[in-house]
Amino acid sequence: MASRRRGVLPGFGLAMGFTLTYLSLLILIPLSTLILKTATMSLSGFWAAVTAPRTLAAYRLSFLAAMAGALINGVFGLLVAWVLERYRFPGRRIVDGLVDLPFALPTAVAGIALTSLYAGSGWIGRLFEPHGVKIAYTPLGVVVALTFVGLPFVVRTVQPVLRDLDRQVEDAAASLGASRLQTVTRIILPELMPAALTGIVLAFARGLGEYGSVIFIAGNLPMKSEITPLLIMIKLEQYDMPGATAIALVFLVASFSLLLVVNLLSSRLSRRMVTR
Amino acid sequence: MIEGGGTQTRHLDEPAAVRWLLIGSALVFLALFLFLPLLVVFVNALSEGAAVYAASVLDPVALAAIRLTLITAAIAVPLNLLFGLAAAWVIAKYDFPGRNLLMTLIDIPFSVSPVISGMLFVLLFGAHGLAGAWLADHDIKIIFALPGIVLATTFVTSPFVARELIPLMRSQGSEEEEAAMTLGAGGWQTFFRISLPKIRWGLLYGVVLCNARAMGEFGAVSVVSGHVRGMTDTMPLQVVILYNEYDFVGAFAVASLLTFLAIVTLVVKKLVERQQGSAEA
Repeated sequence: MASRRRGVLPGFGLAMGFTLTYLSLLILIPLSTLILKTATMSLSGFWAAVTAPRTLAAYRLSFLAAMAGALINGVFGLLVAWVLERYRFPGRRIVDGLVDLPFALPTAVAGIALTSLYAGSGWIGRLFEPHGVKIAYTPLGVVVALTFVGLPFVVRTVQPVLRDLDRQVEDAAASLGASRLQTVTRIILPELMPAALTGIVLAFARGLGEYGSVIFIAGNLPMKSEITPLLIMIKLEQYDMPGATAIALVFLVASFSLLLVVNLLSSRLSRRMVTR
Repeated sequence: MIEGGGTQTRHLDEPAAVRWLLIGSALVFLALFLFLPLLVVFVNALSEGAAVYAASVLDPVALAAIRLTLITAAIAVPLNLLFGLAAAWVIAKYDFPGRNLLMTLIDIPFSVSPVISGMLFVLLFGAHGLAGAWLADHDIKIIFALPGIVLATTFVTSPFVARELIPLMRSQGSEEEEAAMTLGAGGWQTFFRISLPKIRWGLLYGVVLCNARAMGEFGAVSVVSGHVRGMTDTMPLQVVILYNEYDFVGAFAVASLLTFLAIVTLVVKKLVERQQGSAEA
């Protein structure tokens, strides 16, 4: 079967050869260097680098801030997707187009823009500072940056599902006496959950490794507001290659496996939704 | 029917107050995290007038950074365009064992932190890297030079064209290509006359997005650049240097160019979506 299909359209060999060569040279060989380099470390050296208090604090901040950003985007992403798909209001199309801004805007630009907004003298920071809430240069700033970076994911995964949702089901629920709130929470939201979950995971994964938009607003105090990618950067600048490699490998394996687990979960979830 | 329709819409819509409350909260959220960050770039860039803005953008060091950014994108984007076409062709047009694995491999750069991406090339080509001694013997500089910047940028932006094309090519199928082949067209002829025109809008957006990301890449490039002023600083690095020197107007002036590029990218996306929408209709 497969070979017959291949016979019809030419170019499989050429395209496959180019794709695999490109992937190997650009991605697989560099990635395997990371593993090779770590393998030359002593186990105790590796363990010491990975479990140093400063490293653990950075892991924790990266993980928790990315999680917080992803959850904020889960709630507001659903809201934004709903408003954009179901309601008409002036400027809707422009707002819809702007949702993708974090995909296209360089992270460093986002970083300095957010910092100047959320610093004590900034347009937004000024409103919070008198109440004793500091956003920029605290872990809260990290969450703000990661919320920005992950903003498009939930909106863009939920929107198409919402668009294709069968209005007749809502119709049926309403005619059977369900209140609008019941219809939304019992009928519509469960349909949107797999897409929203996928968006949350994507936003989380993106936030975990994010660097450019975070380092300006974070304040970067060791043990307090220092994210993992920044710690790797600092180790590199100090020529502590083994330290940087070890921290990076654990971080990479953790984010890969997390992504894998949650992807499996969400694909199982969406299959269940389909079969039901 | 009409009566039924009337009661249905009443049940299917939220009360106006709820509707406006929801729209309002969505817009407040977007203002805090999207509109105001966009606005503040231009307000800061122009805060000391158009003359200062122009001077910041036309500063020789800024121009050198713009030049390096253009060169980098001019190499990275065509490479990833070829890769995207080849990878999408293989994945969308054929079934073979390991197809899902291949798709996962293509996506890897999305889930690698940019700092780690840059570090991979330091581990390979840096002074203490695997090939470091050999490169030093032959007087080849990759890290802290243009090749390193290009490599890191190409790595980070490699999935964009492929990701844009795979779903598009899959949904289009290959009937037209097969018809052309049956009628005696050659392989390349079929590709250039049938396949490429079919995907041109998706391809355009993939390339534009890839370009915006290539020009704006910061984390990976800052690891491999070495920050030689006027030599190995790209536009995003220049933004950061100016910012750290408290030259906020200069930093936001250069940043405004990149922001403008991002807005152009979003406009292209909207146009492409409209084209594809009208093609389907």
